Amino acid sequence: MATNPRQSAVDPPSDDKRWRIVQAAMRRNGFRRDALIETLHAVQESFGYLDEESLRYVARSLRAPMSHVYGVSTFYHFFSLKPAGEHTCVVCTGTACYIKGAPGLLDAVGKEFHIGDGETTEDGKVSLLTARCLGSCGLAPAAVFDGQVAGKVNREAVVERLHAWQNGPAAVKASPESSPESEGSAVYA
Amino acid sequence: MREKLAEIKAIEEDAKAQYTHTVNVCTAAGCLSSGAAQVKEALGKEVERSGLERWCQVKGVGCLGLCTAGPLVEVESQSAMYGHVTVEDTPAIVGGLNTKPVERLRVPTGTPFFLRQNRIVLENSGRIDPERIEEYIAAGGYSGLVTALTEMTPAQVIDEVTASGLRGRGGGGYPTGLKWTTVAKAPGPDKYVICNADEGDPGAFMDRSVLESDPHRVIEGMILAGYAVGASQGYVYVRAEYPLAIEHLKKAISQARRMGLLGRSVAETTFGFNIDIRLGAGAFVCGEETALIASIEGKRGQPRPRPPYPAEYGLWGKPTLINNVESFANIPPIIRNGGEWYASLGTEKSKGTKVFALAGAITNTGIIEVPMGTSLQEIVYEIGGGVPGGGRCKAVQTGGPSGGCIPDAYLDNPVDYDSLRSLGSIMGSGGMIVMDDSSCMVDVAKYFMEFCMTESCGKCVPCRVGTVQMYRLLDKISTGRATLEDLALLENLCDMVQNTSLCGLGQTAPNPVVSTLRYFRDEYIAHIEEKRCPAGVCKIHSSVAQTDSPSYAVAEVAQ
Amino acid sequence: MNRGQVRIVTLKIDGKDVGARENETILEVARENGFDIPTLCHMEGLSDIGACRLCLVEVKGSNKLLTACVTTVQEGMEVTTHSPRLDSYRRMTVEMLFSERNHVCAVCVSNGHCDLQNLAVDVGLTHITVPYLYPKVSIDASHERFVLDHNRCVLCTRCVRVCDEIEGAHTWDLMGRGVKTRVITDLAEAWGDSESCTSCGKCVQVCPTGALFEKGKSVAEMTKRRTFLPYLTSMRNGDE
Repeated sequence: MATNPRQSAVDPPSDDKRWRIVQAAMRRNGFRRDALIETLHAVQESFGYLDEESLRYVARSLRAPMSHVYGVSTFYHFFSLKPAGEHTCVVCTGTACYIKGAPGLLDAVGKEFHIGDGETTEDGKVSLLTARCLGSCGLAPAAVFDGQVAGKVNREAVVERLHAWQNGPAAVKASPESSPESEGSAVYA
Repeated sequence: MREKLAEIKAIEEDAKAQYTHTVNVCTAAGCLSSGAAQVKEALGKEVERSGLERWCQVKGVGCLGLCTAGPLVEVESQSAMYGHVTVEDTPAIVGGLNTKPVERLRVPTGTPFFLRQNRIVLENSGRIDPERIEEYIAAGGYSGLVTALTEMTPAQVIDEVTASGLRGRGGGGYPTGLKWTTVAKAPGPDKYVICNADEGDPGAFMDRSVLESDPHRVIEGMILAGYAVGASQGYVYVRAEYPLAIEHLKKAISQARRMGLLGRSVAETTFGFNIDIRLGAGAFVCGEETALIASIEGKRGQPRPRPPYPAEYGLWGKPTLINNVESFANIPPIIRNGGEWYASLGTEKSKGTKVFALAGAITNTGIIEVPMGTSLQEIVYEIGGGVPGGGRCKAVQTGGPSGGCIPDAYLDNPVDYDSLRSLGSIMGSGGMIVMDDSSCMVDVAKYFMEFCMTESCGKCVPCRVGTVQMYRLLDKISTGRATLEDLALLENLCDMVQNTSLCGLGQTAPNPVVSTLRYFRDEYIAHIEEKRCPAGVCKIHSSVAQTDSPSYAVAEVAQ
Repeated sequence: MNRGQVRIVTLKIDGKDVGARENETILEVARENGFDIPTLCHMEGLSDIGACRLCLVEVKGSNKLLTACVTTVQEGMEVTTHSPRLDSYRRMTVEMLFSERNHVCAVCVSNGHCDLQNLAVDVGLTHITVPYLYPKVSIDASHERFVLDHNRCVLCTRCVRVCDEIEGAHTWDLMGRGVKTRVITDLAEAWGDSESCTSCGKCVQVCPTGALFEKGKSVAEMTKRRTFLPYLTSMRNGDE
C-alpha cells in the first residue's frame, strides 16, 4: 500500500472533462494501486469502455505495471475494452431465466441481427450482452433495454425492440475504433 | 446516544400518527422493473388531487416479498395488499381509502406465503423506507449497537453470537461465533471486517433484497462485528450489477456517519469504525474469501490456498473477518434479543431462520424467510404455491452452481445445512429454483457447468481445464453423441476436479452433475443409449454416428 | 529470513520420522529427506501459488488434500506423498495440461528438456483419454532474442513471478480468465514493443516448456539454465 498523496503529476491524455472524474476517483483513494478497480469503474462510467490510452494513463497514475492493469481489466466481466453500440440489450442468463427461455432470446437476436454475446451490430447501433443474474428472477426471463429492466420478455418482443433501435431516427454514429486485441498478441516475425 | 435514538423514535411515531393512512409502495428492484416508480408517483399525485395529503402518506418501502405480483402496494390501515398495480389503478386505491379496499386488485394475505414466514432478517423489509435512517431507528435499529458499546465487552458480544448458533449464511455454514473468536484472538492492531455482498449465484437475490430494503441492518451488524473483533475499518464488497443496492447502501453509510454511528467515535464511545464500499466487477469467483480479498486489493480475483485463513492472514495480510450480507443482518436482532432467543429457532444444528429466493416453475416467486428445518415440501407447495397449473415439481435446485438438484421424492426433508448436504446439495446462499417436467436434468447440469467454466479464474489446472472437458462431455451427451465410456470419464473428472481444485468454485463445480447423476441417471442413459431427451429440451443430432472415444498418444514422450 | 527462534518439529512422511523447522513447507521437508513430490508451478526462489495441484498430498486428519508447496509442517503431522488415489489425480492433472494447448513434443524446441514431458513420464502418463481442446493461439516472435509460443504455455506463471519478484520489471502478467487466460506483456502488446521489458531473459530460463525460448533454437535444442535463481535468492536473503 504505497501512498503517494501528492502524486497527480501525470497529465490526462487530453483535456476532455471526463478525465476529471477519473482523477477524482484516484485522488479519493490516495492514488493507491489497490484503487485500480475503482478507477477502472470510473473510466468505464465516463467513457463507456476502457481503451488503451486510458489504461496507459491509469497505469502511470497509480504506478501500476501495465500488464497488471490489462490483466485486471480483462479478468472482470463488467469491464469492456470495446466501445458498445448506441443501444445495449442485456439478456439475463441466470438459472431462472435460463429455464424460462433466455437461450431462445439469445438465439432469436443471433438469427435476426447476427450478433452474439458481447458483440455489436455492424452499423454500431445495437450491442448484445448477457448478465449472470439480474436478481429479477421473479420476472424471468428478464432483459435490460438501455438500462430499463423488462420482465417476462419473449423472442418477438426482443426482436421488435432491437429493430426499432436500428431503424430509429438517431443519427448514425461512427464507432468502429481500433478495438484492443483479445487474443494475446498475434505477431509473426 | 440512547436518548437521541429514543427522541428520533418518538418524533417518527408522532409523525406517523398524524396520518390516518400509510400507503407503502414496494420500490425494490423487482417491482421497480415492473413500473413501481410510476405507480408511486401517480399515487402521490392522486392523494394530492383528492386533498388527502394531510391524512395520507405515500411511502417507498423495501421488498414486500411476493415479486411475482409486482408492483405491490400495501395500505396499512386497511391491511390490504394490492398486486399488479398500474398507474390507472391509483384513483381507485386512493378513492377506496376512506371506504372499502379495492377487491379486484387485492392479493390475499391470509395465505401460507405470508402466514408461514418468520421474518427476522426481513423484519423491516416492506415496512420501512430504506432511505431514511430515522425509520430504521424507530423500528428499534441501532439500539442493540448502543447497548453493546456501553454495557457489553467485545467478548460478551461474541458470546451472544456464539450462543445464537448462527452459521455462515453465505453457504458454507461455518459457525459465525467461532469465526469471530478467531479474528478477535489474532494479534495486531489492524484488522478488517468485510461484508461479502457479491451475490453471484444465478437465481439468488436475497442479499440484494436485504441491501435494498434495509441497508442499516447490515451496517449495524458490521459495526458490532468490528467492535467484537477489534477492527476499525469495514468494507462492503458489492456487485456492480446492483445499482439500487449500492445507492441505498451509500446513502445509509453517510446517514450513519452524520448520526455519529460511524466514524472516529461510534455512538459517543471511544470505539471508532468506518465502512467503505468496494465494487465488484462481475466475477463469480470473488464470492470466495481469498479471491474477494484479492479483488479489494485491486488485483485479479484469484483465490490462494488456505490455510492461512483470512481470519489470520487476510486483507493486506491482516486478520480479516468476512461474513455475508445475511449473516451480518442477523446480528442486530441477536444482540437486541439475546443469543438464546435466536437459538430457540430452527433445528439442533442449524439455528434461526433462512431467507430464500423462490424462482422458476413456482407460483409465488419472491423472497421468503422461514425457520431452519422447514420442509422443502412446505416451501414449494404451500408457501410457494406449487407449480403453476398444478404440474409436478420435478426437482428443486439449491445452492446454485455449487449445489444440486433434489428430486420431488425427497422434498419432505427439512431445510438445514446437514440434511441438504446429505441429499447431495448444499444450503448455498439461498437461491431455490423449482423445475417441472419441462426441464431436462442433463441440460441443467450442462448449464451450470457452462457457468463454472466461464467463471473459472484459470489459476488451477483441474478447474481451468477440467470444467471445459466436463462441459464438452455434457454437450456430447445432450446431443446424443456420447457413449457409456464418456459417462464413466465424466464421473472420473467430477471426482478429480472436486478433490484437487484450489478453491470452492472448482471443488463444488461438479456438484450439479453428481447430484443429477445420482437422482436422474436414467435421463443421462436415455440421451446416450436411446438418443432421446425425455424432457424434449435437448436437440439430438439427427444423424448420430457412433464414435469411439478418442484416444491420442502423447507425442513421443521422450525419456 | 528469521533464524532466531525457530522451533524444530517432528513429523512422518510416508511412514518415516523426519525432523523439520516449523516454518518449512511440506514440500521442502519432503525433498530434503529424499521424498519425491511432483511439481510444476513451484520454482525454488520464487513465491509459491499452489496452482498446478500436482503437489497435493494426504495428511492424516484432514479430509482435504493439502498443497505441499504452501502448507507448513506441524508437529505430529502424518503425510502421505504417494497413494493410488494421488497418483491417479496427478496423472489426470497432467493429462488436462496436455489436452489444454497444442503440445506436439516431436516438433518442440524443448523436446527432451521439458518439465511437462518429464512430469508425464513421472506420473506414468502414456495416453491422453480426453479430447484435445485445440485452441487457436498465436506465436509472438517480435522480440529480437526470444519467442513466445502460446501453444506450449501451461500458465504456471513462473515467467510472471520471476519478472516481478527477481527482475522487478513486471512486464508479464495474465489476461482473461478460465481457459482463455493468456500470458501477456504490457498491454497485451507485441513483446518486442514492450516498454518495460529489460530483455534479461529470466522468464525464458524459468519457463518449464517450449512456450518461451531463444530465437534460433531448433527442435530439442532449447535447454534452460536456472542456476542463477537460487544464487540470486540466497544473495538477497543474505543481505537482510
